[in-house]
Amino acid sequence: MESTDISAPDYFHKVVDCQWACPAHTPVPEYIRLIAAGRYGDAYMINWKSNVFPGILGRTCDRPCEPACRRGRVEKEPVAICRLKRVAADFKDDVKGRMPAPVRLKNGKRVALVGGGPASLTVARDLAPLGYDITVFDRDRKAGGMMRSQIPKFRLPDTVIDEETGYVLDLGVEFVGGRNIDSLKGLLDEGYDAVFVGSGAPRGRELDLPGHQEAQANIHIGIDWLSSVSFGHINRIGKRVIVLGGGNTAMDCCRSARRLGGEDVKVVVRSGFEEMKASPWEKEDAQHEGIPIFNYMVPKSFTHEGGRLTGVVFELVQPEFDPKGRRTLVPTGEPDLHFPCDDVLVAVGQENAFPWIERDIGLAFDKRNMPVVDPDTMASTHPKVFFGGDAAFGPKNIIWAVAHGHDAALSIHRMLSGEDVTERPLPDVTVSSQKMGIHEWSYDNEITPDRRFRVPLRDKVIALADIRTEVELGYDVKLALQEAHRCLNCDVQTVFSSSLCIECDACVDICPMDCISFTQNGDEADLRTRLKAPAPHADQALYVADGLKTGRVMVKDEDVCLHCGLCAERCPTGAWDMKKYFIEMSHAGKPCQSSRRSAA
Amino acid sequence: MTYLAKPKFHHPSLPKNALGYTHRDYEGSISTLCAGCGHDSISAAIIEACFELAIEPHRVAKLSGIGCSSKTPTYFLGHSHGFNSVHGRMPSVLTGANLANRELIYLGVSGDGDSASIGFGQFAHAIRRGVDMVYVVENNGVYGLTKGQFSATADRGTKSKRGVMNNDSPIDMVGIALQLGATFVARSFSGDKAQLVPLIKAAISHRGAAFIDVLSPCIAFNNHAGSTKSFDYVREHNQAVNKLDYLLGRAPIAVDYAPGTLQVVEQHDGSKLVLRKLKDEYDVSDRVAAMNFLARHAAKGQVVTGLLYVDNEPEDLHLHLATVDRSLNSLGDADLCPGAATLEKINASLR
Repeated sequence: MESTDISAPDYFHKVVDCQWACPAHTPVPEYIRLIAAGRYGDAYMINWKSNVFPGILGRTCDRPCEPACRRGRVEKEPVAICRLKRVAADFKDDVKGRMPAPVRLKNGKRVALVGGGPASLTVARDLAPLGYDITVFDRDRKAGGMMRSQIPKFRLPDTVIDEETGYVLDLGVEFVGGRNIDSLKGLLDEGYDAVFVGSGAPRGRELDLPGHQEAQANIHIGIDWLSSVSFGHINRIGKRVIVLGGGNTAMDCCRSARRLGGEDVKVVVRSGFEEMKASPWEKEDAQHEGIPIFNYMVPKSFTHEGGRLTGVVFELVQPEFDPKGRRTLVPTGEPDLHFPCDDVLVAVGQENAFPWIERDIGLAFDKRNMPVVDPDTMASTHPKVFFGGDAAFGPKNIIWAVAHGHDAALSIHRMLSGEDVTERPLPDVTVSSQKMGIHEWSYDNEITPDRRFRVPLRDKVIALADIRTEVELGYDVKLALQEAHRCLNCDVQTVFSSSLCIECDACVDICPMDCISFTQNGDEADLRTRLKAPAPHADQALYVADGLKTGRVMVKDEDVCLHCGLCAERCPTGAWDMKKYFIEMSHAGKPCQSSRRSAA
Repeated sequence: MTYLAKPKFHHPSLPKNALGYTHRDYEGSISTLCAGCGHDSISAAIIEACFELAIEPHRVAKLSGIGCSSKTPTYFLGHSHGFNSVHGRMPSVLTGANLANRELIYLGVSGDGDSASIGFGQFAHAIRRGVDMVYVVENNGVYGLTKGQFSATADRGTKSKRGVMNNDSPIDMVGIALQLGATFVARSFSGDKAQLVPLIKAAISHRGAAFIDVLSPCIAFNNHAGSTKSFDYVREHNQAVNKLDYLLGRAPIAVDYAPGTLQVVEQHDGSKLVLRKLKDEYDVSDRVAAMNFLARHAAKGQVVTGLLYVDNEPEDLHLHLATVDRSLNSLGDADLCPGAATLEKINASLR
């Protein structure tokens, strides 16, 4: 293999699995260290820069970082990254003074943002401090979009949404609530220099089965029902409730129903438990509240009597796999089951709807009737129109919406500065040694064997009594410190210098994970079989360095490195060093560099 | 040296041996030697050898004297028996332990000071008596614990870190071991585990006095230009006579090397040592030739490594003394007091 180019910004970024997996590339280990140091405000601001909604995401994020967390490959469970983010938000001091001040002298460019959810607010956050005149339109009275309308209050209190949308709107952003945009052409005709569409995926999918027509008074579309609950239009539901669907919306529906009078609430899903779209922790939360989940049952019809829903008939199915491994659900042949109920909540998917975008304004739609959007620049085929969030590629989640918002803001800024939108500035990377003394590092390199700490919950009786009572209490300071210690500091990189190495094997012998080998070079597939411990995860890089006196190469499998620094402590010549890698993603306002900056 | 304990986490797919242990289970507490010390590599090689042989840790006794090398038994086989003796007196303690309980594997760990200076006589007599043991000398040519004075194995003409020349003749531990009748003699290098681990495994399986001289550079005091025990010097002057692929089994060996390049030594217990020859003329079963070969190459400043001599029908001290073939602590009253009739018989034989 070629020697690894550690100066490429992506190389060490990938080693920080959590940060790499985060769509917004939040510097996770950095903020966790700040939490451990009690610097909650600093931890909050690092988050705020990357993901704009630390308090909201710390409660609701889909946490792509956690399945990626290295700790999960070393022991049973990853670090509770998401809930530590909430700790930063909960315990910070007043951060108002640390927010950018509203710009008094605008640059004269006007940008309209359609929808007041996470994607649009991220665009506003990035562009407002640069002097843009930003107007956000939303059909609801207050900003927040689906964060406010669809996420139940017992998971995300309004105060948190108000605070964090407030930080954005306080940057001098104009928010026009209660206005539904019904024509993109009309909006463009108002003379905006750019339009960002962050209107979400607002249409819940229907389930048109026999009996739907007759019983429709008690069959509700999940997301519509959730938003009616959020805004206080609905505050009761029948005693027996069936929720159809296996995604996170279904989990929010059943838990909400449980709090509005539903005593016998069931979730019924077509697929198996494991394949359900809902995150494992959301399924767990629902089950914790006494809600059973039934799998491999396909709804067949709604039963009704005198115009009132009486139940749902289900066909029992089982999975069958064809030779290509594709799954189909086939009936088991057992008799259908009838579950009696008073109300049904349908949460079987969401769709985008763009009836308000004229098809003759030069904005192309694809076969699925979705706008054609460049995934890097978020640009549509109309030069002034950009997309982001669920509106761009269908339902995803908040953190993706934030990432889209950053990319779109950068594109809008570049376009309105007369620059090429497709050219993206490289991120800023700093790499600095953490060595303080012979055996001293400026990070805590001792590895705790602690298992993941559970987040304390409010007593079930109290939690189920009021839909606005937050269920999770969040970590207290002590638990947060213990959980923070579980982080392996993957951003503190093992950096190797061949020219200093005397090949004494000290690092090989001390490495607790057998990550390091000195061997003859070969191609990657061959090398992976010859290392000190198996290296089966091809998505985890091998760090290869040549230039050794014996002609061998140093090969380090990054996969399960604990970043404990023992290789560097044991190295007699300083050939290994522990260096902190910090990457600052390119947001709007960052100029393009002519040449790539070195990382090490 | 490191102040932190080595984390307990280990690689998720670490291989296990027949006992269900990983190599991590053979570790001891964390080393307090200098960073990069060759001795730590030797400890790692011993750990690897015991892991690969699936040795039950309680079947091993580690014995040592005084010195950097003699500290190392703390850093491997944390679940084995250990005895840290007086300076240079490890061989006597080992001999006594072996006589009392012949069922354990005896691992004597010593250094060039402990074995070639203060304990030279002890070393010599344990070897010539044929005590069944693995005697490892971690040889760095200097007294590391007292700031790097030359030891008795430092070559004449070697320069110390401060530029002082050594004018004394060196003691060649391998030469002495051969002369005194060791039945397994090898030399290796701490920086070459591929060579060292199979040698340790073979030595453990050898039922006689097995001696391994391991060159182990002292990073702090003897790893500079002018030293003959530095990483660079040993790597440049290393003349390996063979490569040992140790085989435990008794199965027939499928040979795919050119004829004449392979030497198989069948040991007394039926296990086989398979040697790939790197020097055509070298024969590991010829003691006198080995001594000549070593002397010739030493004169040229070369460091001969590999399995240098092995006697496949070794005799040990227990055989010579006709001792009981069980450990003494397993003997009961009936064994120890066989009765008046037996005493009468013994007395009669002496009249």
